[in-house]
Amino acid sequence: MPAPWRTPRGIITVLLLLLLAVLPLLTQAFDQRYLLSVGTRIVIWSIAAVSLNMILGYGGLVSFGHAAFLGIGGYAVGILSAEGYESGWMQWPVAIVVAVAWATLIGALSLRTRGVYFIMITLAFAQLVYYLSSGLAAYGGDDGLNISRSRFPGLIELRDKAAFYWLCFALLCATLWFCSRLVHSRFGHVLRGARSNELRMMALGFPVFRYRLAAFAIAGGFAALAGILLANDGAYISPAMMSWVKSGDLIVIVVLGGIGALFGPLYGTIAFFAVEEFLPPLLDLLHRGWGEYWQIVFGPLLVIIALYARGGIDSLLGRRHA
Amino acid sequence: MDYLLIQVLNGVQLGLLMFLLAAGLTLTFGIMDLVNLAHGSLYMMGAYFAWTLIGWTDSFVLGTLLALPACFLLGVIVEVTVARRLYARDHLEQVLATFGLILFFNELVRAVWGPDGKSIAVPAFLNRTVNILPGVPYPAYRFALIAVGLVVAVVLAWLVARTRLGMLIRAGASNRRMIAALGVNIELLFSLVFGLGAVFAGLAGLMAAPIASVKIGMGDDILIVAFVIIVIGGIGSIKGAFVAAMVVGQIDIVGRAFLPDFLKTFMGAASASAAAPAISQVLIYLVMAAVLVWRPTGLFGQRS
Amino acid sequence: MPEPLLQAQALVKRFGGLIATDNVALDVMPREIHALIGPNGAGKTTLVGQLTGNLRPDFGTIRFAGRDVTRLPIDARVRLGLARSFQITSVLRDFTALDNVALAVQAHDGHSFRFLADVRRDRGLRDRAQEGLEAVGLGRRGETLASALSHGEQRQLEIAMALAGEPKLLLLDEPMAGMGVEESQRMVELLRGLKQRCGMLLIEHDMDAVFALADRITVLVYGRAIASGSPDEIRNNAAVRQAYLGGEAP
Repeated sequence: MPAPWRTPRGIITVLLLLLLAVLPLLTQAFDQRYLLSVGTRIVIWSIAAVSLNMILGYGGLVSFGHAAFLGIGGYAVGILSAEGYESGWMQWPVAIVVAVAWATLIGALSLRTRGVYFIMITLAFAQLVYYLSSGLAAYGGDDGLNISRSRFPGLIELRDKAAFYWLCFALLCATLWFCSRLVHSRFGHVLRGARSNELRMMALGFPVFRYRLAAFAIAGGFAALAGILLANDGAYISPAMMSWVKSGDLIVIVVLGGIGALFGPLYGTIAFFAVEEFLPPLLDLLHRGWGEYWQIVFGPLLVIIALYARGGIDSLLGRRHA
Repeated sequence: MDYLLIQVLNGVQLGLLMFLLAAGLTLTFGIMDLVNLAHGSLYMMGAYFAWTLIGWTDSFVLGTLLALPACFLLGVIVEVTVARRLYARDHLEQVLATFGLILFFNELVRAVWGPDGKSIAVPAFLNRTVNILPGVPYPAYRFALIAVGLVVAVVLAWLVARTRLGMLIRAGASNRRMIAALGVNIELLFSLVFGLGAVFAGLAGLMAAPIASVKIGMGDDILIVAFVIIVIGGIGSIKGAFVAAMVVGQIDIVGRAFLPDFLKTFMGAASASAAAPAISQVLIYLVMAAVLVWRPTGLFGQRS
Repeated sequence: MPEPLLQAQALVKRFGGLIATDNVALDVMPREIHALIGPNGAGKTTLVGQLTGNLRPDFGTIRFAGRDVTRLPIDARVRLGLARSFQITSVLRDFTALDNVALAVQAHDGHSFRFLADVRRDRGLRDRAQEGLEAVGLGRRGETLASALSHGEQRQLEIAMALAGEPKLLLLDEPMAGMGVEESQRMVELLRGLKQRCGMLLIEHDMDAVFALADRITVLVYGRAIASGSPDEIRNNAAVRQAYLGGEAP
């Protein structure tokens, strides 16, 4: 089996990671501050997308409420901040624990359902969290809340854009590393086997429900991490972080990048942001003023991708070995 | 007491509206196994079509009557171009494609009708009150909604229970392959069902418009409640959709009406008013969760 | 008289007005091949479903390995030692043959909540999986994707997966289905060789295989067990001949 890095896909991925690793240096050199902020958001959303890929891509669980975990992560940090608990050492673990606990609870209910019911119930639970947060008048309600960033005294200052970016990038790498280990671990094989044929896995003796629940909780935890970073990025939390549209965007990203491909979520996030950035000016070139309505093109594009390009970008980069 | 009665009626009215929306959804789900997120867009288009047609004809009744076939046509077009290709696909692809349709329709509406919300006025002949009980006035328009909703529900029940089309629908909901094997023109049936669902959705949208307003994305949040309703009722079951819609309507309205007072007993007034709508929404999802724990395929759903 | 491995008593299963399982009693002894035969629609699949845990009987009990398993879920029964192979080939298509068996071994190797160690480097697991493949004659096909195996090879893989957990009882749901003459003979040899390792409940239509392998045969018609006994007894049973074997001895 050839070394995975020597394939076209491998080369592109390595180059991409290198580019991301040195982005703050590049943006400083070319004085492109906006680009760094876009890059930060791409990295953060990639973490969220990787977490969804764990359960959707590898596990076959179409969760339509994943953005809720981002929201929980962000709100936990935001609420603690607003109440005066600004230490990141305290906030971040609490946020992740809350998200994992919630994921376990709703997972225990949702994973008893199948197919369409599962999609709907995850969506509904996300809406529940969404409405709860927009009802929290004390924390901004619908308008959201400005918060101070988490403090890590002596270690890192999150207001420093470059430092924050590198923190996010490091966490993305850690998430990708964990995911790569997960996929080929005993746990990962059970999850993937269950995606392939759940009944068969039960007939082999695996209590599939338990494994899926664990995966659901783990994915929720990583998504909360992304939410924490998102809240710190803009120093702002709002229910919009967890609207069902965001959950839908995450699914788009994962499918776009390539389901069940390790770096798929990264490709997908970049592609998604790229479309948002470049499709409008492209349309404006064709006809002035059309750019504003870029989703009239994007929408059908998603339909086409769903019908004809299921493998996503990852499949365009060449065949994968098992 | 009168206040309670009015709220209950409002709950019935909302429930019937939700039933219209949910009925089409549960049919496409049950028969075509299609997760159609764009059903809310059909709701929205009904309202926009009505707004335009009422503007052209200067008549509420004529405008709404013309909007219905327009919705049917739209439904059939969507079915033939997109939905049809999704039946054989797995749910993820259906979610992705119909999500794309939502974006498309929202932007289309923005391009054609502009970003500002529109309003449809309650027609003059319904812009009054009726006394449902002596001394208890109730808006005539809402009363008309209840009447129309009930009529549609009865017609739909008759259609499903007593006509050939209904029989095919019921058979299809439990076994799609079998009705194909019976030599029925499946493609036509599916187009019909989809179109019918679009009419119901559009009808709900245009009926809701004078009360709720016409704006971009108006169908998207309601759609989720419609999904909750069909999950509670059981996918493919019209009866289930009706029962669940009634329950949800009551919870939503009565909850909104009485929760603030209940919450004020242990919360500040401002927090109570802000929290109440959120909590009544939350209640709906809790009911869904409870139903699914008890019956994972809904109250009247098919048990596999 | 040794304790039966599997003992089902007074099983009843109704679907609406249809009685699919009509007061059936069945048992399998250790190191025995007990065949279950019957015309299509006799209720074999329903009966098997109740034994594996896919269906819950309306009435009756099922005991396995000395325990009452009537209400136990599918996976719990498997962990007690009740394995099955599927009538419609049900291997994991996206995995290689070796990975399929490795997963089967893994299921009986304690819990799988291990997130970091690479399972592809787990020597112990892979060696045992390889042994499992060789036992069914697929020793050289380990790296082939399960979807790329021939039909017969997939059936062999099914058996290998069922055996991986060292089951006490193997429930074989039409293992000969869709096989040619040579493949069937190989399968018969394979199954005969397994008798010492585990008891078997064999559901089959292939009468040659049944009479070649079975120590005991039970005949199911319209949900009822109309006869049960040695192959000779069944061969000469008039009711069975009429209902199933077409009035002629094979």
